Amino acid sequence: MKHARIRFEGEVHLVHVEEQNAVRLADGRLLAEDQVQWLPPATGSMFALGLNYADHAAELAFKPPTEPLAFIKSPGTYTGHKQTTWRPDNVAYMHYECELVAVIGKPARNVKRENALEYLAGYTVCNDYAIRDYLENYYRPNLRVKNRDATTPVGPWVVDVADVPDPSNLKLRTWINGELRQEGSTKDMIFDIPYLIEYLSSFMTLQPGDMIATGTPEGLADVVPGDEVIVEVEGVGRLVNRIVSEAEFFSARNEA
Amino acid sequence: MSRALHDVANGTLFGVALNYQGLLNQRIAEFEQAPYQKPPVKPVLFIKTPNTRNGHDRAVVHPQGERLQPGPALGVVIGKNASRVSVENALEHVAGYTIVNEFSLPEDSYYRPAVKAKCRDGFCSLGPELVARDQVANPHQLSLKLFVNGELRQQNSTANFVRNIPRLIAEISEFMTLHEGDVLITGTPEGRIDVLPGDTVEVEISGLGRLVNHIVAE
Repeated sequence: MKHARIRFEGEVHLVHVEEQNAVRLADGRLLAEDQVQWLPPATGSMFALGLNYADHAAELAFKPPTEPLAFIKSPGTYTGHKQTTWRPDNVAYMHYECELVAVIGKPARNVKRENALEYLAGYTVCNDYAIRDYLENYYRPNLRVKNRDATTPVGPWVVDVADVPDPSNLKLRTWINGELRQEGSTKDMIFDIPYLIEYLSSFMTLQPGDMIATGTPEGLADVVPGDEVIVEVEGVGRLVNRIVSEAEFFSARNEA
Repeated sequence: MSRALHDVANGTLFGVALNYQGLLNQRIAEFEQAPYQKPPVKPVLFIKTPNTRNGHDRAVVHPQGERLQPGPALGVVIGKNASRVSVENALEHVAGYTIVNEFSLPEDSYYRPAVKAKCRDGFCSLGPELVARDQVANPHQLSLKLFVNGELRQQNSTANFVRNIPRLIAEISEFMTLHEGDVLITGTPEGRIDVLPGDTVEVEISGLGRLVNHIVAE
């Protein structure tokens, strides 16, 4: 089953997603995909992994890490399916990152990898955009690169754990304007989801709604205003986003 | 713990590192070398996840086999959403101030995000209360003192910030909204010390009171 959060006529609803992405409200109403505003399906902290695919680490001229490289995102950077993300003016390189996301379902502390999947609510997809112009070598990747307003699309929904029998063998793909630009498989992850839950929960308590964004394979490219960017994780979801200019984003937000 | 503070300051906890001139100056030669290459250009930010929240008179767990260090800091509680605000208008977005003790394992390096050092349960104490913005005449002239078992171990002044509060709000809100309820932890000065189970740790900031925590073994 797929679970989403949407806004409809000003109210936030928790819904089930049915065929053709129609959403079923608790009161039984069925609404089409384009009738609703899709919100991020979870709103906890996001633990995002850097350099968690060997090919991507090589692409960035890094040796694969021996310990997970995790950085944190806060809810202000999340946006939902079919929403817009802004490219700042005067930057040279803004790229997408297609990622499988594990969503935590209950508090997890000192969990062993054998039991890790019991702590999951399910899986979703994110597009972990980065503006590389703003990289600095302090707490890298720094928040100005990775925690910008509305610059981490998440969704469209959370799919139950039982519906993804083998999360370590899923195809990841990104399209820009319909053209396939990134392709990889979760089998190439360096640290898999059970390991990441064991690692993080060894020193802190993961909370329901927290997310672990598991990193991206090679195949990055620049995106510009007007581009439609789709990231897909096989069997989990296909997340659509459109890039707009800084001026367009902030004028739309001021009107809202 | 003040209920009012924790009701108002219920958003994301954003920390600023290297925001005391003395601390930055201590490391500046190192920051010209690899892996840093050059000193930071923009505020050096980190996030204390919600599991780190803690309060006045509460216990802080000393992780076994690690070194634990308190981090006395002035906390700025955001009162209304701040997106792309100017230095001149920044303070209008502040509800008030509180004391923060931003606990951490020692940071030998600033190169990678300090999740393991800073995001442990209970590692961000806030309190004892929220002091309204207009009750603090000059937030850039406050003395910070850290006491362990009654003995003064660290002190500094917010006069020594690298970036003052309006400038932090302006530079941060250029790329991300500071939301109502978020807390900006304006930095810990140089001279962090170690504390041990059994210690009582107090942070005093002039006009804001004293935030007390008790260190306990894991």
